[in-house]
Amino acid sequence: MISRTQLQRLLARQRRNDRIFQIVAAIGVLIALITLGALIVDALIDGVPRLSWKFLTSYLSRFPAEAGIFAALLGSMYVIALTALISVPLGVGAAIYLEEYTNRSSRISRIIEINVANLAGVPSIIYGILGLGLFVRIMRLDKSLLAGALTLALLVLPIVIISAREAIRSVPPSIREAAYALGASRWQAISHHVLPMAFPGILTGVILAISRAVGETAPLIMIGALMFVTHPPEGLLKPFTVLPIQIYNWVDRPQKEFLTNAAAGIVVLLAVTLLLNALAIFLRNRYQTQYS
Amino acid sequence: MNHEQLDKVDTILNVQSLNAWYGTALALKDISFNIERFRVTALIGPSGCGKSTLIRCFNRMNDFIPTFRLAGQILLEGEDLYSPAVDPVEVRLRLGMVFQKQNPFPKSIYENVAYGPRISGIRNRLKLDMIVEDSLKKAALWDEVKDKLKDNAYTLSGGQQQRLCIARTLAIEPEVLLLDEPCSALDPIATGKIEELILELKANYTVLIVTHNMQQAARVSDFTAFLYLGELIEFDATEKIFTNPGDSRTEAYITGKFG
Repeated sequence: MISRTQLQRLLARQRRNDRIFQIVAAIGVLIALITLGALIVDALIDGVPRLSWKFLTSYLSRFPAEAGIFAALLGSMYVIALTALISVPLGVGAAIYLEEYTNRSSRISRIIEINVANLAGVPSIIYGILGLGLFVRIMRLDKSLLAGALTLALLVLPIVIISAREAIRSVPPSIREAAYALGASRWQAISHHVLPMAFPGILTGVILAISRAVGETAPLIMIGALMFVTHPPEGLLKPFTVLPIQIYNWVDRPQKEFLTNAAAGIVVLLAVTLLLNALAIFLRNRYQTQYS
Repeated sequence: MNHEQLDKVDTILNVQSLNAWYGTALALKDISFNIERFRVTALIGPSGCGKSTLIRCFNRMNDFIPTFRLAGQILLEGEDLYSPAVDPVEVRLRLGMVFQKQNPFPKSIYENVAYGPRISGIRNRLKLDMIVEDSLKKAALWDEVKDKLKDNAYTLSGGQQQRLCIARTLAIEPEVLLLDEPCSALDPIATGKIEELILELKANYTVLIVTHNMQQAARVSDFTAFLYLGELIEFDATEKIFTNPGDSRTEAYITGKFG
């Protein structure tokens, strides 16, 4: 039995520890926000004055003031769309197989799970090397739009698989049981109930994965996309450029004016990423199924 | 009720030396008993005695558990439900199941009921309308929902949701209704309505109900099976089980000495 004063001292100490932890956590948040804020503000200050409709819709030029980002912006959009087209069916299919058709607790399933998680952490340049070897050389796709999209699709595939698996897993088992008990086959239970209910979660994961792909530079440099491309890609097997590569390209120039172009390019890239994230949040809220 | 009397009634389901395992753990030990047509049979017993495992054997729901294994036979009108020639989907259409926790689909009331018939190939709108109305009436829910069939099923109360699940099961026109603790998540009033419904349904359906609630078993069932540690301790007319049990363990359980 402890005395009242002992108890009060104990409680005071707990309150103090609580307070300290709260402050430490708040400092963590502040550091993250301030760094991010500084980066964005810096890019905005340098880049915004250069932004104009003309900058967005002009092709490249040797003259910094004439140069625009149109080719790279369009290139990025093509690459994103293709990457999504390739990685979503593959990733969602793999997730369905792993969640619905295999025994989740079996050894093979666990080994696959760990490996997919590891793949999600593999540095992107390594995917670039794989893309260079497989798509550019062996499949002879050259430094094309398709080779770039395939490489990025490989890069985001583990993220798509992991987030789709999580979304599928969050559908209550009772829903599957209800479908089976009414005579549904496995695929009917999946396509009629599990996928529609997992859809918002899958979509969010896909968009976040894609917005990572938008900013990727290293794997594309690796497959040889670091080029002076003055026009948007004219076909799947034609050369292309994307926003981050264009930014990298401009930063590399000696003329100071090109740096301003780079800053403006960063602002555009940030806007694209933010738009994608906003879209993810919007779609998630819109399609979230209510079940209790 | 002795064996001769049991023979006189019309047997629809025949369980013969059923054994079931999860991995290496024996969950059901050599269970044999008969289920009579148009009667309510209750499965009672303490938690973990195997009653849910047993009821899920009837519509092959355990097939989805990878480690599950079964030996013995369940005959539906003489046909083994586990014979390789039998499609589990057909089994589930003939023996409809309602689960412990109400689990409507996050769709409209109409779509919930129409789902089973739809995937069985009924496309005709008028026919579906008729099935939906008929099933909801049989489940004593029609009057409460007829003006809001397009509303999401989750706008209904828990008891209404469970009756919707019963209606959804009736829509596939099963011969046997398997109810796995259908009232365990409901309040007494909703429970009363479901019990009333069960008594009405037995005119046209054979009902098998798992229940934790012994008063419920006594109120709704004609036959009662008492399971304990995976064994069928006693199976007899409900009146006999509750007034003059043949086994001391049954007596101890129904008088509340353990459970």
